[in-house]
This record gives sequence, C-alpha cells and structure tokens, in this order.
Amino acid sequence: MAAPMLRWGCRGRRWAFARVDGGSCHRRGAPTGSTSNQIRGESSVAQQPLHTAQKTRKGEHKWAAVVGLEIHAQISSNSKLFSGSQVRFSAPPNSLVSFFDASLPGTLPVLNRRCVEAAVMTGLALNCHINKKSLFDRKHYFYADLPKQSQVIPKTVRIKQIQLEQDSGKSLHDNLRSQTLIDLNRAGVGLLEVVLEPDMSCGEEAATAVRELQLILQALGTSQANMAEGQLRVDANISVHHPGEPLGVRTEVKNLNSIRFLAKAIDYEIQRQINELENGGEILNETRSFHHKLGCTMSMRDKEGKQDYRFMPEPNLPPLVLYDATSLPAGADPQQVINIDQIRETLPELPSVTREKLVQQYGMLLEHSFTLLNEVGLLEFFQNVIKETRAEPKKVTSWVLNTFLGYLKQQNLAVSESPVTPSALAELLDLLDSRTISSSAAKQVFEELWKREGKTPGQIVSEKQLELMQDQGALEQLCHSVMEAHPQVVMDVKNRNPRAINKLIGLVRKATQSRADPVMIKEILEKKLSL
Amino acid sequence: MLGRSLREVSAALKQGQITPTELCQKCLSLIKKTKFLNAYITVSEEVALKQAEESEKRYKNGQSLGDLDGIPIAVKDNFSTSGIETTCASNMLKGYIPPYNATVVQKLLDQGALLMGKTNLDEFAMGVLLLSSTLECNGAISARCSLRLPASSDSPDSASQVAGTTGMPHHSQSGSTDGVFGPVKNPWSYSKQYREKRKQNPHSENEDSDWLITGGSSGGSAAAVSAFTCYAALGSDTGGSTRNPAAHCGLVGFKPSYGLVSRHGLIPLVNSMDVPGILTRCVDDAAIVLGALAGPDPRDSTTVHEPINKPFMLPSLADVSKLCIGIPKEYLVPELSSEVQSLWSKAADLFESEGAKVIEVSLPHTSYSIVCYHVLCTSEVASNMARFDGLQYGHRCDIDVSTEAMYAATRREGFNDVVRGRILSGNFFLLKENYENYFVKAQKVRRLIANDFVNAFNSGVDVLLTPTTLSEAVPYLEFIKEDNRTRSAQDDIFTQAVNMAGLPAVSIPVALSNQGLPIGLQFIGRAFCDQQLLTVAKWFEKQVQFPVIQLQELMDDCSAVLENEKLASVSLKQ
Repeated sequence: MAAPMLRWGCRGRRWAFARVDGGSCHRRGAPTGSTSNQIRGESSVAQQPLHTAQKTRKGEHKWAAVVGLEIHAQISSNSKLFSGSQVRFSAPPNSLVSFFDASLPGTLPVLNRRCVEAAVMTGLALNCHINKKSLFDRKHYFYADLPKQSQVIPKTVRIKQIQLEQDSGKSLHDNLRSQTLIDLNRAGVGLLEVVLEPDMSCGEEAATAVRELQLILQALGTSQANMAEGQLRVDANISVHHPGEPLGVRTEVKNLNSIRFLAKAIDYEIQRQINELENGGEILNETRSFHHKLGCTMSMRDKEGKQDYRFMPEPNLPPLVLYDATSLPAGADPQQVINIDQIRETLPELPSVTREKLVQQYGMLLEHSFTLLNEVGLLEFFQNVIKETRAEPKKVTSWVLNTFLGYLKQQNLAVSESPVTPSALAELLDLLDSRTISSSAAKQVFEELWKREGKTPGQIVSEKQLELMQDQGALEQLCHSVMEAHPQVVMDVKNRNPRAINKLIGLVRKATQSRADPVMIKEILEKKLSL
Repeated sequence: MLGRSLREVSAALKQGQITPTELCQKCLSLIKKTKFLNAYITVSEEVALKQAEESEKRYKNGQSLGDLDGIPIAVKDNFSTSGIETTCASNMLKGYIPPYNATVVQKLLDQGALLMGKTNLDEFAMGVLLLSSTLECNGAISARCSLRLPASSDSPDSASQVAGTTGMPHHSQSGSTDGVFGPVKNPWSYSKQYREKRKQNPHSENEDSDWLITGGSSGGSAAAVSAFTCYAALGSDTGGSTRNPAAHCGLVGFKPSYGLVSRHGLIPLVNSMDVPGILTRCVDDAAIVLGALAGPDPRDSTTVHEPINKPFMLPSLADVSKLCIGIPKEYLVPELSSEVQSLWSKAADLFESEGAKVIEVSLPHTSYSIVCYHVLCTSEVASNMARFDGLQYGHRCDIDVSTEAMYAATRREGFNDVVRGRILSGNFFLLKENYENYFVKAQKVRRLIANDFVNAFNSGVDVLLTPTTLSEAVPYLEFIKEDNRTRSAQDDIFTQAVNMAGLPAVSIPVALSNQGLPIGLQFIGRAFCDQQLLTVAKWFEKQVQFPVIQLQELMDDCSAVLENEKLASVSLKQ
C-alpha cells in the first residue's frame, strides 16, 4: 500500500505526543539515541516507572545486554483513527473499509476523538507529560499491507514517548498461485506506539515491562492488548557491550506474538550476540525474526535496506490542541475540546495502586501482589475467596498462589477454566480454619475437588472421613500404643534428642491416617513423657 | 438566453420563460457544437437531462431549491463525481468511477444544479509549459533551486540570487495543454473581436490552426463557461489555476479563502494550497455559487467554523471613498506586458478618481514564491501521488513478476513526465538529509510570504490590486516554443503567493488587448473577507463594462467546426 501513514511525531521533525517528565533517575550506558538511528529527539527521565523484575545472569559478568522495546497497541475504539469504519477482529476480509481506508483520491482524514482520549488517558496513566499541541506527520512507504515465578525486584523502565499511528492492512501471500491478497479491515485502526528506553537487560525484564503495560492498558480500557490477536505487538532492540564501553551494534527482533516468546527471543538474541562477538564475529545492524518452533532468531534479509520514510507534516489535519482546566477557553463546546483534567478524573485504579492496596490490606508480599495481577482473573478469584471465607488472608494468599496456581500451571489452564470455584476453595479453607481437617487432609480434598465430580468440600471430607480426630481419650490411647511399640524412640526423646519427638508425632499421625492435629498429638505426647 | 448571466437565467427559469429541460438541451447542443474546443472530457448528458426533468417538476410545483435550481454547471475533472468517470486527465485514472461525490459537487446538486460534464485540465492539475522542459527535473535541477538560507535565520536575503537567477525554467506554467485528452482551445480564438484584429494583421497565418491556449490548469472549465455551454464551472486553484484561465478567457475567476470551501473529494495537488475555484461570467454569479459551497464540512478538518452570511448577497457599492487599495510594487516585473501594465495603472487611477485611497505597498518576499512553491508543491505531490499504486483502483500494468515491479510499471505508464518529474523532485526534497535544507526552509519562506500580506493589510489596505497574468493568451504554437519558457515560467508570480497565504483572490476581466483578447486584473482580500473582496470586485466590474464574447459565427457555422476538429487532431500529434 502506498497510503500515507500519519503519526504524531517531535520538536523539529516530530512532536512526541507524550513523554515522561521530570523526576530523577540515573541513566546507564550511553545517552539515548547513540544506538538508535531513529530521529525521535525527545529524551527524558522516568517518573512513573514500569516495574520489572531484575535478575542477575550467571556467567555473563563481562557482557551487559541492553534491551529497548517498541510496542504497538491497538486502540480499543468503535471506529478507526481517521475514518468512520468499524473496528472488529476477524470480520470478513475487506468488509470494514471506508473510502478513506482504501485511500480513494480526494478523501481526507478526520480525527477520531476516542483515539485521542485513549492516548491522553494512557499518557496520564504512565505519568507522561502530555503535549498541549501536537502535529501530525505523514510517513511514506510502499508495502502491499510470562512466566512470572521468580523473584521480583521493582526496577525502573523509562517511557520515551507515546504516539498515535494508523495500523496497516494485512497482506496474505499465496505462493502457489503467486498472488498477494490484501485485507484492509485493519488499515487505519488507531495504534498507540509506546517506546521504552533501553533500560532492560534480559528477556524477563522486558517481559515484565510488557506485561505491566498490558495490565495498565487493560485497566484503562484503552486497548484489549491481546498479543495473540495482534492488539499488542512488540519489537525489541537488543545489543551487548562490555560495561563502561560504548553500546554495541543493535539488532531489531520482530514477530514476537506472546510474552513468553518475547522473553525467549531476547535471551536467545543476547546469547547469540555474545557468542558471535566472542568468536570474533561482528553484529550487523539488521532486523531479525523470531522463529517460534526453532526457538531462535533469524535475519530477515531486508531487501529494501534502510527505509527513508520521508516524513512531512500532514496538511489535512490542523494542529491538535488539548486543554486543561486552566487553559480551557470560556464557553468552549465540550464536544469540540478535549480536557486533560477531565480525563484524569476518569482514570481507573492502576495496577500499581491495586498491588499497594493488596500489600497493605492483606499483608502479602509485593511479589505475591504481582502474581495475583499478572494472571488473568486471578485477582478476582482471590477476592472472591476472601469474601467467602473466615480464613486468614495470608492463608488464602498461600493457597491461591501455591496450590491453586500450581495446579493451573501444571495443566496449562487459565483461571477461568479452573475446576475449583472460589466458593469451593473458601469452604475448604473454612474447614481448615475451624480445624475440622488437617492441612494435609485439605490438600487431599483439593485434589478431589479438581476432579470436577461436583462434590462440595464438606461432602468429600465426610465421605473420605478426613475430619480431625477430636476425641481426646481415643487419641491418648493411640499415643500410648505408639510409645509402647517404639521404646527406642521414647528413649531418644528422654535423652533430649530434639528430633525424636517429631518422629513420634509422625508415627501417631500415621496411625490416625493423618486425621489428628499434630499440635494436639504433641501436647499429649509431651504430657505423657513429662517433658 | 445562453449568453445571459446565471442570475438572469435563474430569474427566467423562475418566471417560466424557459424550462430547465430546454435550457439543458440548448447547452448540450452547444457542447456538441464546440466539441473541438476540447473543454469537456466527459459530457454527462443523461445525468443532466434527468436532473433537468426533476428540476422542472420542482418549478412546476413551486418548490424551486433556489438560484441554482435548473442551472447548467460544469465541474473540473479532478472533483470526484459519484458514478461519473473522474480522470484528472491522466492515464492513471482513466476508467476510475468514484463511489462518492465531492462535497462541493454534492452541494451544487443539492441546490438543483444540472451537471453537464467534467472539464479538461492539465494532468492532475499540474499545469506545465511543455514536456521537454520537465526532463531536467531530476537531482540536478533540484539542487539548483536550493534555498540557501542561514539555518538560524528566518531571513531569506541570501536566497535572492539563487531564486532570482535560476528562474526555475521547468516550473509549471499551465496552459491546459497537457492532459491525456489533449489541449483546450480558448473560445476567444474564434471570437469576432479577435478575428477582426487578426484580419488587420498582414502576418496572420492560417487562422484555424493558430488557436489560443486557455491558460490552466482549469482551462476546460474556463472554456466551458466562456463558450456558453454552462453558467458556472468549478475549477481548482493551487497556484492560480482558476484565476489564470479566467483572465485568458474573459471570465470572473474566484479563489476563496483556504478553509472556507471543502476540499473533500477534490483530488489533491497540494493539500495545503488547493481550494475549489469558481468560474462565472460575472461577480454576482460567483457569489451565488460561493454561497452554495461555503461552510464547514465534517469531512474536511481544515474547513473553518466561521459563520457565513447566507444567502451570499453582494451589496452594490455606491461609494469607494472609504476604501484603501494597495498596489504591490514588487508585482511590477520586467516581463509584464505594457498593455497589462497600462490597464493595471488605469484601474488604480479609476479607484483614485472615485475617491478611494490608493497606496503603494511592499510584499518583499514575492520573488521567492516560485522557488518556495516548487519545493512545497513537489513534496506534497510526491506524497499525494503515492496512493496511485494500481492496487485498489485506476490503471494497473500487466507485469506481475513482483509487487514492486508492478508498482514501478504502473506508475511509469500511468503518469506523464511532468507528474513523474514532480514526484522525483518532491521525494528528493523530503529525504532525511535534504528535509531541513529544502522543505523546512521553504516552509519558513512560505511564512514570510504570508506575513508580507498580513503586514500590508495591517497597514490599512482593504484589498490589493494586481495583474493576474503577464499578458493576454498566446497562440498554442507560440506557447510551445521553447523560447517562451522563461517568460511563461514567471506567469504564476501574481497568483501563487495568494495560495501560500490562503487568501481570497479574484480575477476580473477588464478590457480587450490590441489583439482583441481579454485581460484580467486580480483583487486580493484579507483571509475570510471574501464577501468584502467580491463587493469591491463587483463595483470594479460595473465600471469597466467588459465586452461579451461574440461567438455567433462559431455557433452558426458547423462546417467550420468540423474543419477545426480535423486540424486539432493534427496539431495534437505534433
């Protein structure tokens, strides 16, 4: 397609729509742009960071990797950025194409207010500086169209800028008939381009940053940000160098359609570059594609080489002026102006705030709050359990994050596909809390629940006779028999071997088929042994 | 009836002196008789007759839609017309039938106007002197028109030598001679006034082959109105494309303020300068059409939400003593013909004698406008033409080796040398390494040119009075002579700067030259003071009493017409 593309560009050549403002944060490595051949002039420092995990890599002390990301998020809107055509995923090809989208001569762009608001909202949520006046640029080209289990230490990734762009159509190559088929449904859909500074140093950090952005966009409703449907597309710029030396030549890795592959591809590419350099090779400034099945990156052998997009100001759109409470002209028609302060008021709770609340309210670790938010639906599940159970929040956290999430991961299920409902887990935790069952019995009950037999925890407990033995006399009797049967262990206890008592407790529990409360057993044993 | 103004015929329709169908048929028959003028690319006879029928019903029921109901109009073939082929006189768009109407076309139809057809133009409205001159349009010529401004300064002083000496020989001077449908002939070539003067001239050659150009690029629209085949026509005006042919064809050619009239559906040349233009036989007619067209359009974000007085009536000015007329001294260029200069001077005297204040003003950056326009125009052209890739519509070549090869061949076949030349230079100017030196500097110069006008108006001037063209229309054979290039290249100088500043301007026919050909003068107004501008123009029009073109001979003599047609086809092949 030869249709001009429009973007909010920065001072001089383009205007950044939004950039992070003020704050203080040390930068590392060379200044921005030294590795980048992009012309975006804005450099800025972080205020509101995207939290990512930091993990030291083993055996790579002499090499440091530098990773920057360019993320395109499809704006969730009813119609396209500059035309009235509908935006819908998987509609019949070319069924959502206006005259403008097909770039019929004489058609002109008309800016979609919703897309601007979405961009402002995203900028505000990321604490970016919103430019009050933005200009649109034309871009020219010819083209037919987390696994989050490790330790999390919050770290800062700076946002360079956010831009509004038009999405392109899709080309389908039919090699058999040597045809190229074009679907313009996607052409002209609004995109938010978010550029993250090269503050990351491994795949996992990048993955965490993208996941965080995804959560923010979803919380705002500005993008569905579903990577599998192409609503969130990530390109990674990667280079390696020796700390203290200038940055290395970077490659751009494309075709990253899941967060898992993003992390994999980056780590592969870092290792590839290190190997290449250590073997005396050199890194080419090139675009590489990640191959999912082979798990490696491959040169895309760009035929055209470096593209000059020949940017120029878009003459058909007047400068976009945004207002705030102080600059809003008196008597302005609210339908004709965008008020940043008004949008700020409608901002929903952001993931960072949600996490903070979880930590304060339930006393959980920050890393647990990350996990709760990162898994789709897990937070809601957790909150529903909390609502229905008397059990301690810490207990609930532990059960949801360890047992429940563990089972899900093992079977590769989403929270929504879970066989265990929040109420069932809540009931189970109540039984545990009231000491009706032991924690090992609880595990057994959970396993039964997972089988989807439609039984409640209470039913399972009574059917399998998993209740704790509450009969003091019977338990004392049992303890007595065990002591008699194991005189040597009793002797050890008396000889002050600290472990021996645990062995006795274990033996008694075994005799009760784990139905007795170990605390109770211990009390009885201690009394009998006069400790 | 055909010779009347739009207003007069509108009154006749209302009074039932003539019906829309009768009027439509008369115009259609005249279109056929004047086919050799090559004014129309497409004659939409069926559409027009059907519209006339509907209009007639409305008149019978006393439900006329207004002044334009039943009035035959023509539209330049770079405005999209739903269901009617729209070619831009280019192979690239031959056979392209738009699925929608340009806003201005829709507005005229909504007022009941009859669409007679689509008029001829230079390819994509890129007027040009002649093909060979554009062959220079590559890196070499681009480098020559570099704007050597000090990077830190907005002052183009140091650019004067460059702009002044190179003169941009290949720069467009359109003659409506350069579309794939052949050149347009100026109806004045066949007027009694011109022919009588020619007879007096012993050196006169074969008078039938010695026809005159219309000027361009809206030459088809000008010829259509001038030859009485319609009462008003839409042109487009990017650097003078409406005013220039209006001056050569003895018509009123009006370029509204940028943002007053929607561009939606106008196939762009330069988005930031294009405006739909209006060609009529008198100022009042232009005002009626403007009244129908002006106003904000949600489909064109550059239209302004200024309230417009409707109906757009022009008061008859009784007294010009409160007016201040500015005469830009830089417009007195050596290339200006003595006849035009003398008429310009007489016009100024006329205002002065009627009590108006006439002062000399300076528009110091005028001489940079041609080179500045070249950079901005070609850059936007390069961008706007990118859409023509043969994929979705228009011409597509047979080559299917690869998508890239298909693009290349399609564009090679679809565009003429002028268009391709501009695309090449425009892309050169937009390259990353050239952008600051050409495009950004040209934008700065554009600002200076616009500020020149602001300063003149701030000094108390109400309207500026200038020539429209350097001279009257020239014969085609003379026009295509190479030694005319430099002179013609300067011709846009009076009209172009207005587009860069977005101001309203109108060319008014003043008098006939010694050769019996029309000469026009231009009035330039303050932005969005279109009504004031036209009011002054109307007063002036009344004073000068420009003669009506006498085409009786042409209309009566069909055999002469046929003979001319043969000759036209011969001259085309040359």
